[in-house]
Amino acid sequence: MIHKHDLIIVGAGLAGLRAAVETSKYADVGVISKLFPTRSHSGAAQGGIAAALGNEEHDTVEWHVFDSVKGSDYLGDQDAIEMMCGEAPDAIYELEHLGVPFSRTKDGKIAQRQFGGHTKEIFDENGNSKRIPVLRACYSADRTGHVILHTLYEQCVKSNVRFYSEYFILSLIMDEGVCKGLTAFNIRDGQIHTFHAKAVMFGTGGYGRAYRVTSNAYANSGDGVAIAFRAGIPLEDMEFVQFHPTGLYPLGILVTEGARGEGGFLVNKDGERFMKNYAPTVMELAPRDMVTRSIQTEINEGRGIDGKDFVNLDLTHLGEAKLKERLPEITGFAKTYAGIDPVKQPIPILPTAHYSMGGIPTNLFGNVLADEKGNIVKGFFAAGECACVSVHGANRLGTNSLLDAVVHGRRTGKTIVKYLRDAEFGTLPANAEEKDIEKFKKLYATTSGENADKIRVRLKEEMTNKCGVFRNEKDLLSMLDTIHELKEKYKNVHMMHKGKVFNTELQEIIELGNMLEYSDAIVTGALARQECRGAHWRIDHPKRDDVNWLKHTIAFKTEKGIELKYKPVKILKYQPQERKY
Amino acid sequence: MKVTLSIQRFDPEKDKKPYRKEYEIDVDPTFRILDCLDKVKWDIDGGLTYRRSCSHGICGSDAVMINGKNMLACQVLVQDFKKKYIKIDPLPSLPVIKDLVVDMDGFFAKYEVVKPYLIAKTQPPVKERYQSQEDRALIDEAVNCILCGACSASCPSLWSNDAYLGPAAMLKAYRFVFDSRDDAQAERLDVVDTPDGLWRCHTIFNCVEVCPKEINITWHLSQLKKKCAMREL
Ligand SMILES: Cc1cc2nc3c(=O)[nH]c(=O)nc-3n(C[C@H](O)[C@H](O)[C@H](O)COP(=O)(O)OP(=O)(O)OC[C@H]3O[C@@H](n4cnc5c(N)ncnc54)[C@H](O)[C@@H]3O)c2cc1C
Ligand code: SF4
Ligand code: FES
Repeated sequence: MIHKHDLIIVGAGLAGLRAAVETSKYADVGVISKLFPTRSHSGAAQGGIAAALGNEEHDTVEWHVFDSVKGSDYLGDQDAIEMMCGEAPDAIYELEHLGVPFSRTKDGKIAQRQFGGHTKEIFDENGNSKRIPVLRACYSADRTGHVILHTLYEQCVKSNVRFYSEYFILSLIMDEGVCKGLTAFNIRDGQIHTFHAKAVMFGTGGYGRAYRVTSNAYANSGDGVAIAFRAGIPLEDMEFVQFHPTGLYPLGILVTEGARGEGGFLVNKDGERFMKNYAPTVMELAPRDMVTRSIQTEINEGRGIDGKDFVNLDLTHLGEAKLKERLPEITGFAKTYAGIDPVKQPIPILPTAHYSMGGIPTNLFGNVLADEKGNIVKGFFAAGECACVSVHGANRLGTNSLLDAVVHGRRTGKTIVKYLRDAEFGTLPANAEEKDIEKFKKLYATTSGENADKIRVRLKEEMTNKCGVFRNEKDLLSMLDTIHELKEKYKNVHMMHKGKVFNTELQEIIELGNMLEYSDAIVTGALARQECRGAHWRIDHPKRDDVNWLKHTIAFKTEKGIELKYKPVKILKYQPQERKY
Repeated sequence: MKVTLSIQRFDPEKDKKPYRKEYEIDVDPTFRILDCLDKVKWDIDGGLTYRRSCSHGICGSDAVMINGKNMLACQVLVQDFKKKYIKIDPLPSLPVIKDLVVDMDGFFAKYEVVKPYLIAKTQPPVKERYQSQEDRALIDEAVNCILCGACSASCPSLWSNDAYLGPAAMLKAYRFVFDSRDDAQAERLDVVDTPDGLWRCHTIFNCVEVCPKEINITWHLSQLKKKCAMREL
């Protein structure tokens, strides 16, 4: 079956929905999502969304830019960061106008809280400049992503956007370098459909599911990233995976950084607030990569609680009232999943795979890039966590990614509206869905073979151990071997269940294939990059190396395997400095 | 430890009607019920079908009936149950697509009836609209709804009359009627102030008991009822 829309948006998280709100006024838009829209993982974001509104104290866009550049370990492109931070206040006011129920200040403005790496400049008695935490994260209790996601969906309902919920996309349809649409299967009946469009936009989210300990949803299997890669589009900076410092032990469910923003302490088995040894000025509010490495070091050096793989996050001094008002959701998580009452006991935490800095390369306007030179792919756009603009460089600051999704969802929407003015459908290549039909046939014909879960478990376990917080050449080489071995096994994967209706086993097998695809790019990039920068930490190359590595990785999928190229970072005002907090 | 899951199965491509199947599996006491379902799916029967995504009670995908009570499979642990024989069924009263997956189209159609979006009839200011902390507090609980459907599927009034909009849709109406920024109170009250709207709620409190976000839904409905009564005066 063929569906025709001017624009197909894949993904109904903040990026996809914000673009849908922007474009549906002017164009015929179809939004495809493998989940019902409000189930998208944007809804899990707790802490906040950054913008220098200055509602609680003086703040400037310039400070926000500086913090993001520094936070990115100077790998973020400064033109992109300037645009994002500059557009942030307007983007937030717009969200408020659309109905987002932000928490409020005493005088009724949008409330803001502190978050790691976000600072203001002050001067001490000797006139020396110093940076201390600033109230910049706009929030709605600890459910910020949830309320924004629901509000954007509500606005789409209001403007009658056509949703294809529980449709799972399989491949892009490319014709001589131009994107003409895509194929997807309807999860409800297993049928493959073709979507013919003048423009396709991906807002397919992150790829953290390749790790065992993760804050990411089952759905974050990086499908969009893998599908683009297979279609000949390169991937940028894939080796940069953010590990959030505070995942609830042992699963990795996120305990928001807001908990530290509100004053939570990190302590080791000796009851020591160990962050004073790593980031004496900002302590627990240092950027994520630093706090994560500090925690992992404490654990590796035997100072985890009871010698186990976790340290404690202590909120007991905040008191019941504050926890109830500001952090109700995580109070609930701690009770449900760890049997702990944060009012009385500290919360056991460990680093958890959380955010994908890398992804599909785009320019500032959401056009997907075909190469390291900046040529664009006609008809194909991307925004949100699946994309790499790059505003986060080597390490994203907390609350900058909801912002990324909203600002770039909006901006990409505007780009597409212009693009559609003189874009045409063109003709679809013959048999566009052939390959996917073949793939399905093969899976349906299997009677024995490899167990998908075994492949998945090994991938996740080894990615966590060998391509996690601390990396080295030996482990990365061994990880590449594992991936190649698992890819071979995957060719023989056995699908136990042969039903057509809601075959979630089929879906999981395809997701696994996508995970293997992009994990290869993560590890290949990590192996090549012989330095420490942001979230990428090579213990065998323990320094940042601006001479050789101040550049973006651009990975191409070729017949012979993955080929790496590089492109320069856009540096405007801020020259790289050592990153101290 | 060992637990036995008794799961209602139904495959529309094979089965004429639903049946139960038992699975004995080895689990940690800290496993979520969702982890148990995964274990069955991955080790024993790839065909076992259920929805899920976030795995920590925020996306609303996996509301099912466990030992007779609607809840999120990702929000309860094995150790939360005394008996190690656990019964899992799809949400009651909704059409079953397969195993634990139900058709939520009707649920969302009712959600759409109450105009679930902010309607502000004045031009927005350059910055944010102001809202006092007191006004914001009025919708504190209501905005937490994750549209899981557990409440509506537990409501006897809805079971006996499918035209009833149900607690989730009513709560959504409340969320906007009581949002100080919204200008469509009258329109929305017109929708809920009907026999198949608010007045079908007989304060049975089933919804409140099952809501995984601990929203006092009935209280919110009673506030809406007051608003309707006031406007008749
Ligand atoms: C627990 C947690 C807390 C966070 N907290 C914060 C925070 O406080 N502040 C902040 O700024 N950021 C936070 N983040 C990060 C932020 O939430 C995400 O980066 C952001 O929401 C991503 O939005 P998105 O629209 O790009 O993707 P998502 O919201 O993940 O949406 C992806 C969409 O793509 C669809 N999709 C994917 N693959 C397919 C396919 N094959 N076929 C069809 N559809 C598909 C999915 O159904 C979904 O609709 C947090 C992340 C996590 C995991
Ligand atoms: S009110 Fe509670 S039970 Fe009902 S849909 Fe919302 S979250 Fe689920
Ligand atoms: S899986 Fe998201 S609520 Fe349970």
